Amino acid sequence: MSDNRKTLAVWKFASCDGCQLSLLDCEDEFLTLADTIRIANFTEASSAVIAGPYDLSLVEGSITTTHDAERIREIRAQSRSLITIGACATAGGIQALRNFADVEEFRRVVYARPDYIETLATSTPIAQHVKVDFELRGCPIDKRQLLEVLSAFVHRRRPVVRADSVCTECKRRGTACVMVAQAQPCMGPVTHSGCGAICPAYGRACYGCFGPMESPNAEALIAGWQRHGTGEPDVVRAFRTFNAGAAAFRNASEKHGA
Amino acid sequence: MADASPPTSPDAATEIAAAFVLPAARLADLVTALRMEGYAVHGPMVRDAAIVLGPLADAVALPHGWTTRQSPGGYRLERRTDAAVFGFTHGADSWKKLLHPPRVRLWSAERQGADFVVHEDAPAPAKLALFGVRGCDLRAIAAQDKVLLHGPYPDAEYAARRAEAFIVAADCAEPSGTCFCVSMGTGPSARAGFDLALAELDPHGDAHRFLVRIGSPRGGAVAAQLDLAPAAGADIAAAAALADIAAANMGRAMDKDAARALLPAQRESAHWQDVAQRCLTCANCTMVCPTCFCTTVEDTSDLSGDIAERWRQWDSCFTFEFSHVVGATVRESASARYRHWITHKLSAWYEQFGESGCVGCGRCITWCPVGIDITAEVAALQDLSQRDPR
Repeated sequence: MSDNRKTLAVWKFASCDGCQLSLLDCEDEFLTLADTIRIANFTEASSAVIAGPYDLSLVEGSITTTHDAERIREIRAQSRSLITIGACATAGGIQALRNFADVEEFRRVVYARPDYIETLATSTPIAQHVKVDFELRGCPIDKRQLLEVLSAFVHRRRPVVRADSVCTECKRRGTACVMVAQAQPCMGPVTHSGCGAICPAYGRACYGCFGPMESPNAEALIAGWQRHGTGEPDVVRAFRTFNAGAAAFRNASEKHGA
Repeated sequence: MADASPPTSPDAATEIAAAFVLPAARLADLVTALRMEGYAVHGPMVRDAAIVLGPLADAVALPHGWTTRQSPGGYRLERRTDAAVFGFTHGADSWKKLLHPPRVRLWSAERQGADFVVHEDAPAPAKLALFGVRGCDLRAIAAQDKVLLHGPYPDAEYAARRAEAFIVAADCAEPSGTCFCVSMGTGPSARAGFDLALAELDPHGDAHRFLVRIGSPRGGAVAAQLDLAPAAGADIAAAAALADIAAANMGRAMDKDAARALLPAQRESAHWQDVAQRCLTCANCTMVCPTCFCTTVEDTSDLSGDIAERWRQWDSCFTFEFSHVVGATVRESASARYRHWITHKLSAWYEQFGESGCVGCGRCITWCPVGIDITAEVAALQDLSQRDPR
């Protein structure tokens, strides 16, 4: 097969693999994807690995070890474009909760042989270590958005990925606001769109899986929750999930937490 | 291609040729008559702890015995002590979602060899009946008609949905805490722009009935099928009395003439910073507003590069993308975005369309997650300008 397909590598750092699975989950589109892009290095899908350099690297996961901090630089060096996928890679993930805690203490308490464990005190996003060409949000990422980003990459156009609030998706979908009608502490007004506003459509407040939207006003939202009776511990918990390390969410939780 | 001018022009005064009485138990007959005429009937129903608009299979789905309590950033669905069908004002959405849908594909293109063909998406033929449209919403539809039908570039999708839309209006008897239609001159009763208008009388007991006013020949024809008894003068007077009580019980008020002059003059007011502290820039106010009409266009291509599509969807002046021009967003701050929205709505709209862009429905107040109140912001600016006149 004469091959002018662009090459793709998929890399994993500290993460649950869910975002990589979104790629495999593209089932119907996967054959077209494989026709369009040469999947050169994706060990979750195939053990046949083609050596770099690569036209595009998709990076999942956060940096939590010195080894990974080195490895991401090597990956950047052999990638023409690098796109991070998911909350771990773009904000540090749920494991960024360590950024608010004493990792040394975890090591002593959790592990029988703490000396076997070599880890950083923080979980940080990829963009804190190397230049990133595009960050795709979500925990996990949305499969439609992943296909859009890959299509845009292949055809050298800007991806259609908006950075406005989840509320815009609720409203287009026709879901009645769970914060206004049910006094739920919803993260939607400060959260980046992209999921299609799934949770409110099932009567549950947004968890903030896609991280901060383009102009988040967390303090105003928290003031609104407090009028509905949400206490400080719940405020901190809401902002400390998968995107706890994202600046706007981190600032909010630090202001309202210990 | 549908005729661009709607059969019922909300701008024209509607002659009330006659009024009839429809017993509440026969409301189902009206829904059925519309369905038999081929209309897809949409109306209010309870869903998601709110009253929302949806397809009505029958009159049973209507919110019998429900009401809502509304305040800035607050909405509670509550049981009534009577069986009123229209015992609430408006819900979480507006008729905009039917006439000016949130997301529409405009066209697609397909590669064919070295060339490509474009498939235009002709607007789907729609024969909608809107069941239970309030006075404020009639005026909101009229406002969107001005923008989307009567301007230099009529919108084909809107025209197709609007052309045959049959409107059953419903007078408001109990305004909500965020209503101010009287200030804006749009309610609480349906005045024009409907085919039939209902006023609900005596929802407490066996005499529960609707006064039916005819607003168009088409409305008259549907009413004729129901073989209704003519209304007694007392019923007409009772409906008028309810409207008077409703008008006296508005949750809010706004001086619309003052707002028109005030907003451009207060462009540099420090108050915008105060609003920015509270504003989430989440865009909810614009999405629920029944007159906000802005959309954006998204072009996409598929992986193979053989298919391209153009989609249009609701946009909002509260997003960065909205004012993004080569390389930068023009209105970056929340203060600039809120100021732009309220100034356009209450002032610049007159220059563009000859009226206020606000119909006083109060949705932006109720559905703002943090309860920013357009009437309170105008009042605050008025206060400041009187203290520090420029």
